[in-house]
Amino acid sequence: MNLGSMLAFVRPDLDWHALAPELTLLAVGTLVTVADIALDDKAKRMMPTLTGIGLLVTLVPILTLAVDGAERPMFGGAYVVDDFSLVLKALFILVGYVVVLMSVDYVREGDYYENEYYTLLLTSLLGMVMMASSRDLVSVFVALELLSIPAYMLAAWRKGGPRSNEAGLKYYLMGVFASAVMLYGMSLVFGVAGDTDFGTIAAALTGEGASPIVIVAILFVLIGFAFKVSAVPFHTWAPDTYEGAPTPVTAFLSVASKAAGFVALLGLVFVAFEGAADVVQPFFWVLAAVTMTVGNLIALRQTNIVRMLAYSGVAQGGFMLAPFAVAFEDDAWQVPGTDITTTPYFAIVVYAVIYAFMNLGAFSVVLAVSRRTRSGDISSYGGLFSYAPGMAVLMTLFLAALAGIPPASGFFAKFVVFWALAGAGTPAGWVLAVIVAVNAVIAFGYYARVLQQMWFEPVPEMVALGVDSGGDDELDLAEAADATANQDEHGDAWLATETRQATMVRFTPGRIPMTGALAAALAITALATLAFGVLPGLVSHFGDVATFHFGG
Amino acid sequence: MDATGFDAWALTLAVFLPAVGALVMMAVPRARELELKMIALGASLATLAVGVYLLFAFDYGNAGTLQFGVHKGWIDAINADYILGLDGLSLPLLILSMVIIPLCVIYSWEHIPEPGNAKAFLILMLILASGMNGTFVAQDLILFFVFFEVVLLPMYFMIGVWGGENRRYASLKFFLFTLFGSALMIVSFVALYFVATNDAGAALNTFNMSELAAAAGGDLARGTQAIIFAGLFMGFGIKVPMFPFHTWLPDAHTEAPTVGSVILAAILLKLGTYGFVRIALPFLPEGAAAWAPWIGLLAVIGIIYGALGCLAQTDMKRLIAFSSVAHMGFVMLGIATLTPIGINAAVFGMVAHGIITGMLFFLAGSVKERYHTLEISRLGGLLKSAPRMGWILAISAMASLGLPGLAGFWGEFPAILSAYDPGAGLSEATFRTYMVIAAVGTVFAAGYLLWLFQRSAFGEPKPEWEGHVIADVNRYEWAAWTPLIIAMVLFGWVPGLIFGVVDDVSTGIACSIGTAVVGDCPWTG
Repeated sequence: MNLGSMLAFVRPDLDWHALAPELTLLAVGTLVTVADIALDDKAKRMMPTLTGIGLLVTLVPILTLAVDGAERPMFGGAYVVDDFSLVLKALFILVGYVVVLMSVDYVREGDYYENEYYTLLLTSLLGMVMMASSRDLVSVFVALELLSIPAYMLAAWRKGGPRSNEAGLKYYLMGVFASAVMLYGMSLVFGVAGDTDFGTIAAALTGEGASPIVIVAILFVLIGFAFKVSAVPFHTWAPDTYEGAPTPVTAFLSVASKAAGFVALLGLVFVAFEGAADVVQPFFWVLAAVTMTVGNLIALRQTNIVRMLAYSGVAQGGFMLAPFAVAFEDDAWQVPGTDITTTPYFAIVVYAVIYAFMNLGAFSVVLAVSRRTRSGDISSYGGLFSYAPGMAVLMTLFLAALAGIPPASGFFAKFVVFWALAGAGTPAGWVLAVIVAVNAVIAFGYYARVLQQMWFEPVPEMVALGVDSGGDDELDLAEAADATANQDEHGDAWLATETRQATMVRFTPGRIPMTGALAAALAITALATLAFGVLPGLVSHFGDVATFHFGG
Repeated sequence: MDATGFDAWALTLAVFLPAVGALVMMAVPRARELELKMIALGASLATLAVGVYLLFAFDYGNAGTLQFGVHKGWIDAINADYILGLDGLSLPLLILSMVIIPLCVIYSWEHIPEPGNAKAFLILMLILASGMNGTFVAQDLILFFVFFEVVLLPMYFMIGVWGGENRRYASLKFFLFTLFGSALMIVSFVALYFVATNDAGAALNTFNMSELAAAAGGDLARGTQAIIFAGLFMGFGIKVPMFPFHTWLPDAHTEAPTVGSVILAAILLKLGTYGFVRIALPFLPEGAAAWAPWIGLLAVIGIIYGALGCLAQTDMKRLIAFSSVAHMGFVMLGIATLTPIGINAAVFGMVAHGIITGMLFFLAGSVKERYHTLEISRLGGLLKSAPRMGWILAISAMASLGLPGLAGFWGEFPAILSAYDPGAGLSEATFRTYMVIAAVGTVFAAGYLLWLFQRSAFGEPKPEWEGHVIADVNRYEWAAWTPLIIAMVLFGWVPGLIFGVVDDVSTGIACSIGTAVVGDCPWTG
């Protein structure tokens, strides 16, 4: 695609089959909106069901395309449907489905706008699904904005609460800033390469060498995405946004949005910037090492579980970035005598898939437990094992997975990162592998704090009201003071962390009020976390599929 | 090597039966305690029954080769397979693990430690059993790693939930130390995959342990081997634990509930020493030779340090914990000599230490239950107030100090002996020095154990216990302890029961190291 052909617009051939997943998502989103307009309040209750079914229906064309298996480039190669994109599309849809399950009761009990919530969620998912197929700077950028803008609004969904507003605003400002930096970088890339197509950029950069303009261009684009995947030092928005946003949205951001950033990076780094290994590799080496170390060290200090998971997410992002640091040690990937490929993107895809389920699982438990405790303090998990052993065991499973302890799935994710780093056979790769190893140990420090609370500590008598689980968060500061004064009167009323000044209320342990949707979310994530750990072949198969075709 | 019929399933059953038992227990409500205990006992006894079958079906003439082999695909993407196998090195340790678990279940029958919850306690025990059995029979590095790690969380919870005063600190320390070691260990495993070669210099690219052992380092440079060995050393050495990584052990042992201490001492520590013999030595002979003098040095420091540590203790359980550091020092000294005698002694030492120290921890638990204290200065007159228990303590302490005729002797004496003539071209002067130091260590051992026995068992019961009934050994304790006491005496008189099984494997390992390092194997007959 050069400028000339863009000006003389001819309607490109459309491969309707290839576009079916996107179109289905679009149709579901429209249906949700139309149903809301037509049926008004009566439609409210069926919104989550409609959205959930719509997402499952979207899996059908993805499956038929996967069975078909053909690579389908469109729009002059700017949009490609291949196995790599299909694996990730399916991942995004499944993650979206779990997030819907997590949201049902949260949104309903909180009395939030339902239709708009699900519409925005679907729109953001559409952006992610498009991201998986984008092979061109323009389509990457369009997909990125499409997935980000609804996410900004979702983060500010509890619009009565200042924390949620802060979350949305911070996320929006940082996101727009990142987009601007990225766009500037992209324009420079276009200036050097004369085209926006990944393949052409790769060819142009290979000839160009590491001239200053190329370095600046590449770094700006990568920094833009470093914001998206909340890599240190571009992570500052993440903890506040994660804490302030409604918890299901936080789960969505920390999993899907991050994965989308990585998908874009995979395309950019492995295809477009292939010729600039000496710029890309050191950049990612430092970024990964700093991200996992700083993320871990700050996570150690958190007392709120959502913030802790936010920083743990930053650190996990660092692990996921590590394989980029050895992205182009080409000769190392041929393993003699076997037909296996040991490529960094295999590691990244596998990590992203495993991370999605274990992290969603942890957030599902946080949601479920906070329905009882009305608190987000790690100390409110005290004695969970004594009054809700099932929930404690599930949380243990997810935290063990995040910490990388077999047989939970996370160990395989960490393992493939070691695998990629070691396979490169360079000193840089080995050193980074050791840094990853040490960080994996540090990380257990903060996961253990939650484990200790759940298993070793007695049930607390008082808990600090905090993290939201739906419900009444429209109290302002005056009311907060009031609430503190008249705890008993307010009884079950509670605050989001808005006031920053914890309101302590008496806590009585008891059965955690479960709902079908939340139970389903827990079941799906727990099953995936266990299955991927015991039989990692299940997930590595998808990694393989993605690797072979994308690698080209 | 693949077995057929029931043999092909025997090891899989041995590994997963306890886990199946744990799954079944999860479905039973917490209140039905008796049923839960029956299931736990049933699962552990069924596992032991498989062990008995293995003992009879094992081909002792071929103890050096893997038997009951299973080889199935597992994770194709990284070339890791589900490979199980049993040889003369695995057999004694597997049986030890299979015996200890049902004994622990029986011992816990009437006393689930505070804060109760038999269901969770026994489930964790069964998960531990699966992990330990799996580690001893896994013949693929990744599978080994998974089982090696599976034991961490259950033990962490066992210490943290049912432990003593300082349990939070002790459990976290235990976990972080071990995790740090295993993180470096897995890097070394991956390194082995990518750099291990055969003699011709072709990359092996396998996690299959028997293939890696057969290659014996191939043409890998000594420096590279030493670096990879260092990672393995951290992983296994912390688990053993070797001085100076031992600091987690006294805390963990002291705080753990009785059964937790028993399992920890009897089996978990052996995962480390087993790792050295099974993985570190045969895979990286040059690395082993490069590190052996240092391992030997740390081992003898551990012997002396552990003994001095024991003499400084006022708490019976902590004293036994420190004695583990010393005993594992003898095991590591045997391994460091890189000779068949040394490795034989090491394996014997592992089993003997498992039986004896396990027994001592059982005793400490029962003493604590009766006196509500383990302060040695407050105990005394055990032989009068509970004579049977006093005599059991006497036998166990004698066995632990290495009295000939009891099991402990055959772990220590040959280990010291082997240091006289180390293999693989190691410096004789260095190892003979170690030998002398280790011999001095046995004197210390006699010192602290006799001191312990004398102060707790001799004399009149202290006045503060007047009016207290100090019950003697009850039937659950008899049931749990008798097999251990029999084993102590049996292995003391017939050490060949273990030496005979292990010898083929240890000669094989020592020979492959000798051949790789100095091109010579003086031990083949």
